[in-house]
Amino acid sequence: MKKLLLSSIIVIIAITFLGRLSYLQIFTFSPDQVLEDPAIKRVYDYPERGYIYDRNGKLLVGNDPAYDVMVIPREVRQLDTLEFCKLLGIDKEKFKKELRKARIYSPRLPSVFVPQLSKEDYAKLQEKMRHYKGFYIQKRSLRYYDTKSAANVLGYISEVNERDLAKNPYYVQGELTGRTGVEKQYEDILRGRKGVQYIQKDRFNRDIGKYKDGMMDTLPEQGMEINITIDKTLQEYGEKLMHGKRGGIVALEPATGEILAMISGPTYDPALLVGRERSKNYSKLHYDSIAKPLFDRSILAEGSPGSPFKTLNALVALQEGVINPNTTVQCYNGFYVGRKKRGCHCGGGLRRLNDGIYKSCNAYFAATFRKIYEKFETTDEGMDVWEKHMKSFGLGQYLGYDLPTGKKGRIPSKEYYDKWYGDNRWAPSYIISNSIGQGEVAVTPIQLANMTAAIANRGHYFTPHILKKIDGKNISIPDYVEPKHTTIDKQHFEPVVQGMAEVYEKGTARYVQIPDIRIAGKTGTVENFTKIDSVRVQLTDHSVFVAFAPVEKPEIALAVYIENGYYGSRYAGHIASLLIEKYLKGEISRTDLEKRMLERTLEYEYAKPYLGREFKINEYDWSQHSKPLEELISRE
Amino acid sequence: MAGKSVLKRVDWLTVLFYLLLVTIGWVNIYSSTFSEADSSIFDFGALHGKQLFFILASFASIVILLALEASFYERFSSLLYIICLVLLLGLFVFGKTISGATSWYNLGFFNFQPSELAKVATALALAKYLSDIQTDIKRRKDQIYAFAIILIPAILIIPQPDPGSALVFFSLTFVIFREGLPLYYLGIAMLAILTFISTLMFGTIWVVIFIALILILFFLLKNKKFRVPVIPLSLAVIVTILFSLSVNFVFNNVFEQRHRDRFSLWLRLEKDPNKLEQIRKTIGYNTYQSEKAIESGGFFGKGFLEGTRTKGDFVPEQHSDYIFTTVGEEWGFIGTATVVLLFTLLLLRLVYLAERQKTDFSRMYGYGVVSILLIHYFINIGMVIGILPTIGIPLPFFSYGGSGLLFFTALLFVFLKLDANRLKEGI
Repeated sequence: MKKLLLSSIIVIIAITFLGRLSYLQIFTFSPDQVLEDPAIKRVYDYPERGYIYDRNGKLLVGNDPAYDVMVIPREVRQLDTLEFCKLLGIDKEKFKKELRKARIYSPRLPSVFVPQLSKEDYAKLQEKMRHYKGFYIQKRSLRYYDTKSAANVLGYISEVNERDLAKNPYYVQGELTGRTGVEKQYEDILRGRKGVQYIQKDRFNRDIGKYKDGMMDTLPEQGMEINITIDKTLQEYGEKLMHGKRGGIVALEPATGEILAMISGPTYDPALLVGRERSKNYSKLHYDSIAKPLFDRSILAEGSPGSPFKTLNALVALQEGVINPNTTVQCYNGFYVGRKKRGCHCGGGLRRLNDGIYKSCNAYFAATFRKIYEKFETTDEGMDVWEKHMKSFGLGQYLGYDLPTGKKGRIPSKEYYDKWYGDNRWAPSYIISNSIGQGEVAVTPIQLANMTAAIANRGHYFTPHILKKIDGKNISIPDYVEPKHTTIDKQHFEPVVQGMAEVYEKGTARYVQIPDIRIAGKTGTVENFTKIDSVRVQLTDHSVFVAFAPVEKPEIALAVYIENGYYGSRYAGHIASLLIEKYLKGEISRTDLEKRMLERTLEYEYAKPYLGREFKINEYDWSQHSKPLEELISRE
Repeated sequence: MAGKSVLKRVDWLTVLFYLLLVTIGWVNIYSSTFSEADSSIFDFGALHGKQLFFILASFASIVILLALEASFYERFSSLLYIICLVLLLGLFVFGKTISGATSWYNLGFFNFQPSELAKVATALALAKYLSDIQTDIKRRKDQIYAFAIILIPAILIIPQPDPGSALVFFSLTFVIFREGLPLYYLGIAMLAILTFISTLMFGTIWVVIFIALILILFFLLKNKKFRVPVIPLSLAVIVTILFSLSVNFVFNNVFEQRHRDRFSLWLRLEKDPNKLEQIRKTIGYNTYQSEKAIESGGFFGKGFLEGTRTKGDFVPEQHSDYIFTTVGEEWGFIGTATVVLLFTLLLLRLVYLAERQKTDFSRMYGYGVVSILLIHYFINIGMVIGILPTIGIPLPFFSYGGSGLLFFTALLFVFLKLDANRLKEGI
């Protein structure tokens, strides 16, 4: 027994070892371990990111070479620090600091020593570089913007984060990816595919040749250029007009659904998010929680549509046969909901559909709305039909456009009210505000524009989209070339369009006509509220305008939503008419109007809730507009 | 006796295993220290060149060891032992510190580590003491003497600090067991280790419950014929519980954080995955890298000089304590299994040789050799493949290190000389 003790221990140990070794080397072994082998370096060959052009082939985004000075700390040898610092334009402290930082990160891996040299510095440095062991220059390509506009549309690129890495194994630390807008949406197309070379490193971390003679290496695939549907001129012009104002503008081509312009105010120069100052600039934009420049109001801001929504109510009523163009309603400078009177600015009198629209009569549409659900036995039933019609215009749901963000907006359903007020605890009078586009209805500017396009097309729309060409070839995505029909028959559109055309000719926007162009439009003036110290306070109305032109054969449909711009034609109407003129004619004949719109800002309005004093709303006086914010604040 | 006859009677099978292990070891040292800059395998500036020099020196020492009179080893074992103790004591004054441990004498051309010589000397001294006609291992007093022989050098080595080497001396208790120390000593030791580990893993309460369950089972199954030793048993239970309680105290208050981390990693005590990852990256870095390197070898390995992780120098101390990872990466399972088999065969052969000795001294020394080789091999490979905590101890005949190789060679060939002489002794 004792003689066997040691022998059996030896045998047991052998079995244990062999078991563990076979577990490691046979069972957990996987042949593609080369991917995580630290001794195999992967060298990437990055293709150039694809350019972005506008619909007419004008360059929006290109690439600029940038040069980073890299360092591998443990390869650094004695050098003339003074001269080197002078070449790089840094001081000795910075030199030491950066070197220490790099060494802490890793002594044997490259770190960025000085990022993004200018071309001149690069030229100076290049020939001397071989004197500085351990330093080398790495060429990178940065986004270059040939415009100061469309930041919200184009989006920006930034380094991948942990989440991206976990989600997509393609990326490795330090690579760039599209973060918002088109850059994000068409990341795969623009990015191309990097090539990989596997390099065997020796224990001194030197390259000693290709791993397996390059059998596993791949070539890079070029990123493709794309054309987007944006009209660069229109976009830039719109942003200029938006100067000092908040809100969103979306312009569509009704015949295709192509997005001609997508403007969000305030915006920023896309070049701010590239280069050395990137993170500083980003923080500045990110933490501006009042103006929110990074918030794309054109597709994300949900608000009441206001009077433009009346046109849809008219269409639904016509479709349901509860009115005809000659149905009359008496306006008493307002209308009654129960015993409460709601106001109207149309001037009062007997209204038909036509002047109901161009005078924007609240009473007329309240009555029309009532007729819609009164047609049915229960309000529930009426609401269902109304909701169905409204949703056929793309409201209250995602439109399905090719941009990475969006909002649904809201078309309230009976369930919505049941939830809000309790089952059957709400009456038709509760929802009457929806007749004039106030109340619970909410839309984004792009939905508003799309709805306008559907009216312009007399009954159908094409899903708005931003991609026009890939690699110079037109693309046709079935979902974008197929018309989406609304539930309203074609013949009902003509009287409504007629009313909208007369908005310009004799209605609420008669002062903003464009010579030789017939426009159909609808003003909107949207009451809105904010909370100051948890007290509900009304602010100056939002100025809203939807329009399309020319009336007979529409080439452009747009929605303009200017926050706190007061009544519809005051800002939105003027801006819309300028944009239409610019797009259709290429130049502006009404230069005084243009000047006024470019100069006037609404900083005065936006400052009101923050000044900490009483303020008036809906002031007709223009004098405060266009004053810079500093002056407004310092006055007191 | 002429040298020729020694060569005839030496156990060539053991010599073959020895040569194979040394050769394979050197090939792997070459691979893990190789770089293109080195022109020749005889470049004595390079580590593999130095090792080659020591291999040749070992071969030379074999000649001397075999040429010496066999009785010399028995006769001078006590003296050698005492010299070793003096040398170990001397380290406190004259020792040279290398990577935190004061374990070396600087002899100019190389650093001499007396603890390695002490292993041979202790094995000889123990054999000598136990084989003495007046020693009776059943006597308590003689047991204490035997353990003292083992413990004194170990105690001198611990503060160097070199816990790994100190541990080696404890392996010599196998010799005492072989010579008649009651087995329940081993049982108690095993029980203590088991209690220690299970207390750390499951907590005192579960250990107590487990013991209680065993006791209940024991009493339920007892029959009339077998009288339960109630008093010793309950004493044992109380001691175990006290021991279990003290484990927590020692672990939390006596151990340092790095020791605790090692256990945390080994027994997977840390439940928080983030902290475990942290430990894995710091304390567990070596083990993680060595496991990965071995794993990446697969069944066939990557081939000689093709180990990418070996080349990249990712496993620390790869040419010394972690040399087995090179085998794993470049030669795959075939390589590692071969090495494990070679060690197993060598050790079994040595047990066989020890058992066939005619004299007590030779047999006991033989067992000493097996014990020392076994504990090195077990702890080293166990650590490298991640089933034992990290304890710095070389792999015999394999790891880089001059005095290590010389000592292992001496340890083995002294025994082979004794074995070669066994027939003569018998006469």
